[in-house]
Amino acid sequence: MTTVSKAGRRKPPRSVIPGFGITLGFTLAYLSLIVLIPLAGVFFKSAGLGWEGIWHVVSSPRVLAALKLSFGAALIAALINAVFGPLVAWVFVRYRFPGKRFFDAVIDLPFALPTAVAGIALTALYSANGWVGQFLEPLGIKVAFTPVGVIVAMTFIGLPFVVRTVQPVLEEAEKELEEAAATLGASRWQTISQVILPTVLPALLTGFALAFARAVGEYGSVIFIAGNLPMVSEIAPLLIIIKLEEFDYAGATAIAATMLVLSFSLLLMINGLQAWARRRHGHGR
Amino acid sequence: MDIQIREIHKGFGNFPALRGVNLDIHSGELIALLGPSGSGKTTLLRTIAGLELPDAGQILFGGTDTAPLPVRERRVGFVFQHYALFKHKTVQDNVAFGLRVRKGPDRPSESVIRQRVLELLDLVQLSGLEKRYPAQLSGGQRQRVALARALAIEPRVLLLDEPFGALDAKVRKDLRRWLRELHDKTGYTTIFVTHDQEEALELADRVVVMNRGRIEQVGTTSEVYEQPATPFVFDFLGSVNVLAGEVQGRHLRIDGTELTLDTDREHPAGAVDVYVRPHDLRLVEDSSPGLGAAVRSVQRTGAVVRLTAELDHSGETVEVELSHLDPFALNRRGGDRIRVLPAVYGLFPRAPHAALRTLPDVDPKSVPEHRERGRLG
Repeated sequence: MTTVSKAGRRKPPRSVIPGFGITLGFTLAYLSLIVLIPLAGVFFKSAGLGWEGIWHVVSSPRVLAALKLSFGAALIAALINAVFGPLVAWVFVRYRFPGKRFFDAVIDLPFALPTAVAGIALTALYSANGWVGQFLEPLGIKVAFTPVGVIVAMTFIGLPFVVRTVQPVLEEAEKELEEAAATLGASRWQTISQVILPTVLPALLTGFALAFARAVGEYGSVIFIAGNLPMVSEIAPLLIIIKLEEFDYAGATAIAATMLVLSFSLLLMINGLQAWARRRHGHGR
Repeated sequence: MDIQIREIHKGFGNFPALRGVNLDIHSGELIALLGPSGSGKTTLLRTIAGLELPDAGQILFGGTDTAPLPVRERRVGFVFQHYALFKHKTVQDNVAFGLRVRKGPDRPSESVIRQRVLELLDLVQLSGLEKRYPAQLSGGQRQRVALARALAIEPRVLLLDEPFGALDAKVRKDLRRWLRELHDKTGYTTIFVTHDQEEALELADRVVVMNRGRIEQVGTTSEVYEQPATPFVFDFLGSVNVLAGEVQGRHLRIDGTELTLDTDREHPAGAVDVYVRPHDLRLVEDSSPGLGAAVRSVQRTGAVVRLTAELDHSGETVEVELSHLDPFALNRRGGDRIRVLPAVYGLFPRAPHAALRTLPDVDPKSVPEHRERGRLG
């Protein structure tokens, strides 16, 4: 058997690691049960409205404003984390300082904290008479109950995602890379921008995607600090709740489905970027 | 570029990695730093590069102190043991890196850089692979990319850390020969670190043998092998038998047998360790002076016959290597009686409490005074 029909079905190559069939079957079944079926439910429910109905719900100014705020603020928050997260990770990887283990654990707090707790804490801190807010208020900067507050909360909950994805890659990147760059005459800045950043770029994109996704879906911590003024500081997930409380199930799922599609396409794009960045490292060929 | 190393000390915490190293390297030389792990050889290399700062001492490039120069201004070509290639850059971008990071008028134009990169890749025999990424290359090819990258900056000295350590035996041998040719062609002053004595002896003009943060001996490859200055060098370069002996006047007593030293110089009397390489132990007739021994085992590898024998008197085990053409090597079996005579040997005063086959930690400076080398028989 040396000829293979081109039109033939692609068979998975025989592998020394057995169990491809059963594990793939399990994975697909599990994914369907846990992820796909509930999501399909969202589409199914919203389909009751018909295209026109969905469009009517989504294109209303209040919903558009909420979607814009949710995705816009999440993007800004993820970008902020993409800048400062690697910095934090860098310090933890390259330096030793007293209390390092303590601070290392602190990074994960936004992860573990009930989001409502984070929301209350942030609101108390940034409101006009809070510890931080009282100093910002005279400068004309209002954080609590504005879109800025939304960004603050989203930045808070997104940080561990970036730090924890970048940290292991930085740890693995040999110190030798920096030394090699130095012996070749590169300045510190050239070493960082041309050697270290490209090395962590794929991980950074992953962290960015995770932080972004988390921020889009965040509810608990945001609604406390946002103030939830329609058209100003009202996020899309809150709007879904409001619709539900009005027994407008179809309307709620219409917004949900829109968010789902938007999030999924954004994540697909980021994944594509990541694959491209990884290929440049010669991986995955 | 001539390099002078003056009384360099370097410690890591409580561990003294370098303890007063002095070394002169001439322009265009190929030098091997040879020693076991922990001997300070890599630390010395990194100190020359400026990747480590010495606690004390000076390193001069062409007579100028390098202390004020940070790594990036030293213009040293450093090839790391694991190459440290930039994974996200192609081969040509890796090689061009050192030229592209230059600033202002020092930075060659892009066309000059491209030209130079292609020349270098041709030199390291990687033409045609310039668009590949490091992950798509074999170990030997990565090694050569690292070398080309280091050569691109026209370094004042080329430093290689265990250049063949991560390669398999066959590739290693080829690259070794190739590196020697490359050195002869380009003439860069080159220092490489290795723990492999064969590699050092085959490749280098001069070998620097290091142990415990100090230099034990510097010499040409034949000097360090044939005239080891210290017991450590004797043991580290090739295998060696160490026999307990006693010098009295012009006589050397080993294993209850009195042998005559044929040197003119008087050797200080007292207990000594006699260092004899297995192939420097000769088999002699029963009537000649020599040490009686019984053969324990015989092993033939290619053209070499290796006898393991037990000395009659002390029961010490010695290894003897003979050519298969040696009449004494014919039909040897375990249990045979033989007589061995150290033909070439080194005498070192016995360090107090030093057991046989261990290396006395003697100050290398004091040893050559008492060292005696000669022939018996």
